[in-house]
Amino acid sequence: MLGQDQITPSDDLWDDLKARAQILVSKLEEGDFSGASEAIEKLNEARDHSIYREVGKLTRGLHEAIANFDIDTQSTDTGAENGSKMTSAEDRLAYVINLTQSSADKTMDMVEEGIPLASELGDGALLLREEWSRLIRREVDPENYLDLYQGVDRYLATAGKNADLLSEKLNTILLAQDFQDLTGQVIKKVINLVQDVEIRLVELMRVAGKVEELTGIVRGVDPSVHSVTNNKELDSAAEGPQVNAEQRKDVVSGQDNVDDLLSSLGF
Amino acid sequence: MKILIVDDFSTMRRIIKNLLRDLGFTNTAEADDGSTALPMLQNGRFDFLITDWNMPGMSGIDLLKAVRADEQLKKMPILMVTAEAKRDQIIEAAQAGVNGYVVKPFTAAVLKEKIEKIFERVDS
Repeated sequence: MLGQDQITPSDDLWDDLKARAQILVSKLEEGDFSGASEAIEKLNEARDHSIYREVGKLTRGLHEAIANFDIDTQSTDTGAENGSKMTSAEDRLAYVINLTQSSADKTMDMVEEGIPLASELGDGALLLREEWSRLIRREVDPENYLDLYQGVDRYLATAGKNADLLSEKLNTILLAQDFQDLTGQVIKKVINLVQDVEIRLVELMRVAGKVEELTGIVRGVDPSVHSVTNNKELDSAAEGPQVNAEQRKDVVSGQDNVDDLLSSLGF
Repeated sequence: MKILIVDDFSTMRRIIKNLLRDLGFTNTAEADDGSTALPMLQNGRFDFLITDWNMPGMSGIDLLKAVRADEQLKKMPILMVTAEAKRDQIIEAAQAGVNGYVVKPFTAAVLKEKIEKIFERVDS
């Protein structure tokens, strides 16, 4: 978008330029050379003034854009929010990490405590089932009934106790998911901040571009620098999880893709 | 069977450890990056290495290369379990001699399948 912003002179300037041009034309028609030269100088003067005014305006705009962009140093005096917005964004993201970590830890604690309880129930049921089948097949002597009664009693007690413990743990796991709501809110705030920064950055670039255009500074960017990258080397720098895998050609979209790729390599 | 699990996130190490226990592998140890893992491997008589890619300090791909370059360790089976999903990365890991590659997020079934496949090959 930079560069498409042509400098449009104000109406006043147009009128001024037209008036001075008419003077020039009439002086030329009159054959008044020195008058004409003077008119040309006046024309130049008017144009120069307008450029100075525009540069002044843009410089002020640039200054404001820079001041607005400087969110890292301001807002220390707001009290409620200690530190800048950027520092606060870092804190917020650290909070997300802490919250998700503690939720994962809590969930895994409960799972690790729960698995032996479930195994105990399963193992007990298996043993009891064997005893029970023997009873059905009338292989248990009446004098051993007492053992069976006690076994059943013990198992029922364990089953009741373990079921209570398990549902307690499942409830804790359920509650440990409350992070989703909190982290969601925090991440939304950070997204807003990033968008804010982006808008200000674009504004800053726009104003800077206008100043450059007006003052004739040529930006020394060679576009070919960006487009040419060395394709021969493997691009294997770590990137972390792919958020938009389906939109990228150089990224696999799942385990099946990985397996296909590896088997094409002879795995 | 002694297995070393290398990942910078304790949550992921714990998940893998639990899945391994479910598969009957109870002898596991953990490290949080390549530079902690390598001396453990050199001194610890491990049979199998499961590593993440992206870690501070020494990355998983560098650990893989270091293991393959080590006379004592070079035959150790290595499974990469990582969120890194670029084709070039998978190719590089394959060229460096990885035995299996699992992308996160993964399921217990996928992890089991890859581990079993690796052992089948190692045994044959």
